[in-house]
Amino acid sequence: MPAVSKGDGMRGLAVFISDIRNCKSKEAEIKRINKELANIRSKFKGDKALDGYSKKKYVCKLLFIFLLGHDIDFGHMEAVNLLSSNKYTEKQIGYLFISVLVNSNSELIRLINNAIKNDLSSRNPTFMCLALHCIANVGSREMAEAFAGEIPRILVAGDTMDSVKQSAALCLLRLYKTSPDLVLMGEWTSRVVHLLNDQHMGVVTAAISLITCLSQKNPDEFKTCVSLAVSRLSRIVSSASTDLQDYTYYFVPAPWLSCKLLRLLQCYPPPEDGAVKGRLVECLETILNKAQEPPKSKKVQHSNAKNAILFEAIALIIHYDSEPNLLVRACNQLGQFLQHRETNLRYLALESMCTLASSEFSHEAVKTHIETVINALKTERDVSVRQRAADLLYAMCDRSNAKQIVAEMLSYLETADYSIREEMVLKVAILAEKYAVDYSWYVDTILNLIRIAGDYVSEEVWYRVIQIVINRDDVQGYAAKTVFEALQAPACHENMVKVGGYILGEFGNLIAGDPRSSPLVQFNLLHSKFHLCSVPTRALLLSAYIKFINLFPETKSTIQEVLRSDSQIRNSDVELQQRAVEYLKLSSIASTDVLATVLEEMPPFPERESSILAKLKKKKGPGAVSVSELEEGKREGGELNGGGDRGDSSAISTPSPSADLLGLRSAAPVGSAAPSAGSLLVDVFSESGPAAPAAVNDDGFLRDLEPPTESSDSLLADPPPAAAPAAVVSEDPAPPLPESDELLNKFVCKNNGVLFENQLLQIGIKSEYRQNLGRMYLFYGNKTSVQFVSFSTTVTCPGELHVQLNVQTKPVEPLVEGGAQVQQVINIECLSDFSDAPLLNIKFRYGGALQNLTLKLPVTINKFFQPTEMASHDFFQRWKQLSQPQQESQKIFKASHAMDTEVIKAKLLGLGTALLEKVDPNPENYVCAGVIQTKAQQVGCLLRLEPNAQAQMYRLTLRCSKDTVSKRLCDLLAEQF
Amino acid sequence: MIKAILIFNNHGKPRLSKFYEHYSEDTEQQIIRETFHLVSKRDENVCNFLEGGLLIGGSDNKLIYRHYATLYFVFCVDSSESELGILDLIQVFVETLDKCFENVCELDLIFHVDKVHNILAEMVMGGMVLETNMNEIITQIDAQNKMEKSETFIFQSPRQDR
Repeated sequence: MPAVSKGDGMRGLAVFISDIRNCKSKEAEIKRINKELANIRSKFKGDKALDGYSKKKYVCKLLFIFLLGHDIDFGHMEAVNLLSSNKYTEKQIGYLFISVLVNSNSELIRLINNAIKNDLSSRNPTFMCLALHCIANVGSREMAEAFAGEIPRILVAGDTMDSVKQSAALCLLRLYKTSPDLVLMGEWTSRVVHLLNDQHMGVVTAAISLITCLSQKNPDEFKTCVSLAVSRLSRIVSSASTDLQDYTYYFVPAPWLSCKLLRLLQCYPPPEDGAVKGRLVECLETILNKAQEPPKSKKVQHSNAKNAILFEAIALIIHYDSEPNLLVRACNQLGQFLQHRETNLRYLALESMCTLASSEFSHEAVKTHIETVINALKTERDVSVRQRAADLLYAMCDRSNAKQIVAEMLSYLETADYSIREEMVLKVAILAEKYAVDYSWYVDTILNLIRIAGDYVSEEVWYRVIQIVINRDDVQGYAAKTVFEALQAPACHENMVKVGGYILGEFGNLIAGDPRSSPLVQFNLLHSKFHLCSVPTRALLLSAYIKFINLFPETKSTIQEVLRSDSQIRNSDVELQQRAVEYLKLSSIASTDVLATVLEEMPPFPERESSILAKLKKKKGPGAVSVSELEEGKREGGELNGGGDRGDSSAISTPSPSADLLGLRSAAPVGSAAPSAGSLLVDVFSESGPAAPAAVNDDGFLRDLEPPTESSDSLLADPPPAAAPAAVVSEDPAPPLPESDELLNKFVCKNNGVLFENQLLQIGIKSEYRQNLGRMYLFYGNKTSVQFVSFSTTVTCPGELHVQLNVQTKPVEPLVEGGAQVQQVINIECLSDFSDAPLLNIKFRYGGALQNLTLKLPVTINKFFQPTEMASHDFFQRWKQLSQPQQESQKIFKASHAMDTEVIKAKLLGLGTALLEKVDPNPENYVCAGVIQTKAQQVGCLLRLEPNAQAQMYRLTLRCSKDTVSKRLCDLLAEQF
Repeated sequence: MIKAILIFNNHGKPRLSKFYEHYSEDTEQQIIRETFHLVSKRDENVCNFLEGGLLIGGSDNKLIYRHYATLYFVFCVDSSESELGILDLIQVFVETLDKCFENVCELDLIFHVDKVHNILAEMVMGGMVLETNMNEIITQIDAQNKMEKSETFIFQSPRQDR
């Protein structure tokens, strides 16, 4: 029997759908839909109450209309009504509508939550599943608040049905993803791990997704899952194809679950326990062995399922990167797939090999497949496969094969799909630089790149070639000769003109001896391109011309003539005009000595990380290239540029020196000049040369380039690194910043915001408090484009604070990439009332210099307030009860902000107390009440704030059941108004 | 995680769309169009994976698809999913539809879109896989249909039903 019987649906719906399908035009369809919408609207609005069946039918029609791509702006209420129906079909349509159409419509969410609550407690598994599905689909914060406590209970309760357990696991996962702070770890955590042992494979399937996500975030708490996962995997792998019955898919036992188990294991390092590890290695070997067995079925599904497991197993082997034997087997297996007739397998093999290529053990083995990969790049019909082949070539490139690979990539570029050309260009540029043995090859390659794919050569690429030519005097003559030749082509790309102009302007003298490239010939060649170029390029050429006047006095009159012409000196573009005028003047009034000084050859650039690499990283998204890239740099960088410290782990993190001819980003001459169309002027005239601080501009790659030395106005507490070499700077936590109290005061009445910011670092805060517990999220943002290394933070409670507050943190990752942000969670428990604030010390190295600063963490006693509402009578009764002199604390102070009623109210509410209206007989005054929750005791607090608008003064009075609290609150608050 | 499941026909008409991340309705429609554009221009017999369109997260996401007769089944997933595993999942989904509708065809999806959603809900929840065992899924669907039948029998009156 078919599970869905076709006859007994809703006839009205079927008719409507048929109508729509019969519409001949889009207009007719819209007309029919509008008619139906009007009909439904009138039905919903009509006086006659609709029965459940009609509601269901109309809601279903709305769903259909929505699917056709039309907005639905009504019907939500009717759908919500269906939720509380006790008929399954109606309830189910209601939930479907909500899942598809409601994302977090706040007005309805409370009603929806109510219906869900009822269904969750109904003990009817079908209803419970519907409700859990709805939570998982909507996943809003309100829902998390309402159900995050309940769902773990359902998940681990002994009497929960399997199907409900499955849904509960995924529902919890969704809530954890959207609101991790609301899903609190607890006693259920360990029981969830044991779901890996559950009899029902469906439960394991659902639970493993939850466990994987939780382990990624809290690896230590879920460590026990490793051995459980290994034994589950081992049981599946060693079972016969019939053992698992329904979970056998085309003769492969539980392929989906096997993949997920192997993924889970990738969250952890190899198991330490020898027995567990042995068992796992056995599993992996069995999986590799099975790949060689003849297939049990000819169906593609069989091989798919089998290979899905195989690829995950290989991914795990690569992740462990510790078993040379397995790595080589994995590599051989992938090698077989490279030539497989299934395109999918070739694609995946190329992709996996990419990660394998960065492993030390298998890099050589991967290289043996170079011919196959090059062939794939040339012959694959499918662009996604070709792209993977290009990625792999990039990953397997090293000194030994760089020339071959770069040549292949260049020739591929001529026919490459437009979508991937820019990325290919960046990759070629990086490889050419990284593995250049002689720089003439490098220059040739980049010029070829501009010739073949000039449009896709970004600024970073041509900046880079200029940086390198300037830094290496052995290649300058060759570069000048080559660009000169390249410029001879009748049509050459504008980027070529830029490079040519710059290089000839600097080093044209090196080839001027040859009559075929005499100064005038060079100038005429450049100037023949001038009129075809855009304004920035023309500006660059003008700068090249003035440099020519210095290099070759014999060209002076010709060039002055050009500068003097109306098209230059009266150019409508301000920048060009200004250059022409200034250069003309400079060339006519300055003596040769002055000219020679001003227009001196550019000094070498300081060496930093390659801006091209940064661009590729950005293009690929963070993490995509990073690790293997940096390791590559570590492995290869040293040799090339004589940086020395190859293999030293610190090379990964320090932006100098090994990876780094790959690397000047900041002080690039063109870089510092590039901001606006033509400020090349800046660098030509810049007296301090390229080391001068780069002009900050909009371009992300060129921004925040200044090394910390230049941040003279830095807020950092310790002396700038230039003044004190890093080694001398003390590693002890710095004393709190002078402004830390002020920063603290900013957060008395608010919980979120930016705590601190200087040129390197921004610290944002989000915090929430409940009872005597608090949780604070600190966000450390690296504002520079260079990574911070040895990044560490410590929170301390000085003096007696450590018995008053219990503060727990987890260490943060020691590396903060440029532009990245890391998060740290701090859990705070208030044990008893306190006055001081915890100290937050942050240390990291930026460009080798230690940064060390200490701030006060804005945890103040008022954060643990629970507001208390009370009537006027109660308030004054309690006020009187707190009449001992030490219970009261009072301050009279001058207003430091405008006395705006709304602002004052907002601040008092932000304080955490209840603002009591109509309590004080004088309506000008504000009174508040609250209870401070500490673990040891509760402290009742009453507050009265009396503004005097005429005198611009306040009188603040606090009465608390504990004297220290009165005092502290009074001190804190007096700073706020 | 599965970000979205889309079914559309050879002309790009959507037959089912299920997003597991929040997008505005407009963006959803654009994603469907963009995905159709990416998938439909590919030859048969090329690989079943490609990088996701820009709207749905670019190269961090993959589109994994199968083309059956008049319909494309496209799953958009992030890097935590096994490509071949998802391909199998699509197959399970289609086989399940085939069993539930007896030789499923495009019309079944059009006229029973709610059923298709229900079947999908038994397999995927909040972007994660709930169940891969076809028999288990069909058992659940059967049970739902029984409930539905009993209710229809009692409540549906034979009046004009428009």
